[in-house]
Amino acid sequence: MANSATIALPDVRTTTYWRRNQRKLAPVLFLAPGVLMFLVYVIAPIFQSIWISFYDWDGIGAKTWIGIGNYVELFDDDAFYTSLQNNILWLVLYMLAVPAGLFIAIFLNQTVTGIRIYKSLFFFPFVISQVVVGLIFSWFYAPGFGLFYLFLEEVIGTPIAILADERFVTYGIIAAGLWPQIAYCMILYLTGLNNVSPDQIEAGRLDGAKGWRMLWHVILPQLKPATFIAVVVTVIGALRSFDLVSIMTDGGPYGSSRVLSFYMYEQALSEYGFRMGYGAAIAVVLFAIMMVFISGFIWRMVRDERSGG
Amino acid sequence: MFPAPVERASPIIRYGYQIALPVALVLWLLPLLGVAVTSLKPTGDLAAGNYFGLPSHIAFENYADVFRNSLIGQYILNSFKVTIPTVIGAVALSCLTGFALAVYNFRSNLIVFFMFVAGNFVPFQILMVPVRELTLRLGMYDTTAGLVCFHIAFQTGFCTLFMRNFIKALPHELIESARVEGVSEFRIFRYIVLPLMRPAIAALAVLIFTFIWNDYFWATVLVQGSHALPVTAGLYALNGQWIAAWNLVSAGSIVAALPPVLMFFLMQRHFIAGLTLGATKG
Repeated sequence: MANSATIALPDVRTTTYWRRNQRKLAPVLFLAPGVLMFLVYVIAPIFQSIWISFYDWDGIGAKTWIGIGNYVELFDDDAFYTSLQNNILWLVLYMLAVPAGLFIAIFLNQTVTGIRIYKSLFFFPFVISQVVVGLIFSWFYAPGFGLFYLFLEEVIGTPIAILADERFVTYGIIAAGLWPQIAYCMILYLTGLNNVSPDQIEAGRLDGAKGWRMLWHVILPQLKPATFIAVVVTVIGALRSFDLVSIMTDGGPYGSSRVLSFYMYEQALSEYGFRMGYGAAIAVVLFAIMMVFISGFIWRMVRDERSGG
Repeated sequence: MFPAPVERASPIIRYGYQIALPVALVLWLLPLLGVAVTSLKPTGDLAAGNYFGLPSHIAFENYADVFRNSLIGQYILNSFKVTIPTVIGAVALSCLTGFALAVYNFRSNLIVFFMFVAGNFVPFQILMVPVRELTLRLGMYDTTAGLVCFHIAFQTGFCTLFMRNFIKALPHELIESARVEGVSEFRIFRYIVLPLMRPAIAALAVLIFTFIWNDYFWATVLVQGSHALPVTAGLYALNGQWIAAWNLVSAGSIVAALPPVLMFFLMQRHFIAGLTLGATKG
């Protein structure tokens, strides 16, 4: 070190400065590219969207400040309430993915030959794009020849064209969404079950715990981290639902299957016009709903982080 | 193990389980199997009302048809052009950020970390209008590059969470002893930590590949023309074009789903390790 330092003087200064401060400088340099990209493409747009939501803007011409005008309009917009209602329905029904995933995971948590292939095949729906899932279920529900359509005809006598019926359309789409979501929860629980301590199960058995009681008192507490993640991804998945609505019904019939994410897109970017400000206002509402959950998750993670060191 | 292994149960339960497994699987994958069979049916079968029976002959021509008479080949190429650079970019950036957040204790460490985590959860719609504007202003609207830039930035959130937790679990003494030896921070990253990150890099690469390949929303927001349209959005366009030609729609769907499916089966262990990160901690 000392030898090379005597050869090139200017270099020395930079090297020693760097040497002295590298523990302070290195994290800044390591973080810079990622943080910069993230700020530009994710963090800043959140605030820009909030800002745009106070304007009347078609995306091309001049912006006109209208204060809370967009939000006042939302207040009287029936389509907005339909979307909001559907979002709540999505949230509630999507939660079924968590127990259903647990159920399948318990069913598959065996060591018989070939079980690994069964596990991967059960997981399969999650790997497929939602566009393909949407098309698959459209075919499944298709009037005239869809498997489910014919099944209903067989069982209740009158067939129902699920995706063309205002009463059932959202349930039909949610069912399609549940398919990959259950697979996701299942894999989380399979991994969790794999790590349940055998000692505790044995101890539970000695205490006479079996079946449900064992599951409730011994297994589930140990699956808490898996349950937490399953709930997080399911809530996010429910509120992000856009692909399936767009693919399966395009919001119809008569806008009855819209959700906020889809309605926002429709207002801001579709043939119905470029109402960027109004779209942004819808996005802000969706963001506010999501924020309630995000802060809950983050609060929990910070707590774990602090206690875990 | 929970539940109790079936091997220890009575023969009835054992055989019952062996039968229940395939039955449950077929029921679970019923919609998918239907589509797979449909994709192999000649057009005549559907016209004749043969929706459920086996195809009158195996019509691989549907697949040939899809490639010949639609732009799906182009769409798939576009998907690769979006997916591969995104995987490389997001993994590279998050190796750096993950290292910084896991190894250094600076004051804003947790704030930066949770900025990545929280940003990762926001609804896409709150980003849509400004990101579209930005892409337009950068002259990257309607190009795969525009999609790549956004995807890299957004995926860096999730990848950073992943990498940071992974590096944090490595033994810190490795880094400490290297520092005592006078190894520079960059060399510590390059020669000590990076080689240990290989499993994390593999897991993330497969996961991000699948996420980006399957993205539909941003493809519709940032791209219009078929020269840059990824296969998810392309398939939607084709679906409108092939009204009621379900054998073609099915063949197209299967083609579009294939790359991530192959990726999953080839790299299953990494894929699941990535997805279930955190499911066992705590």
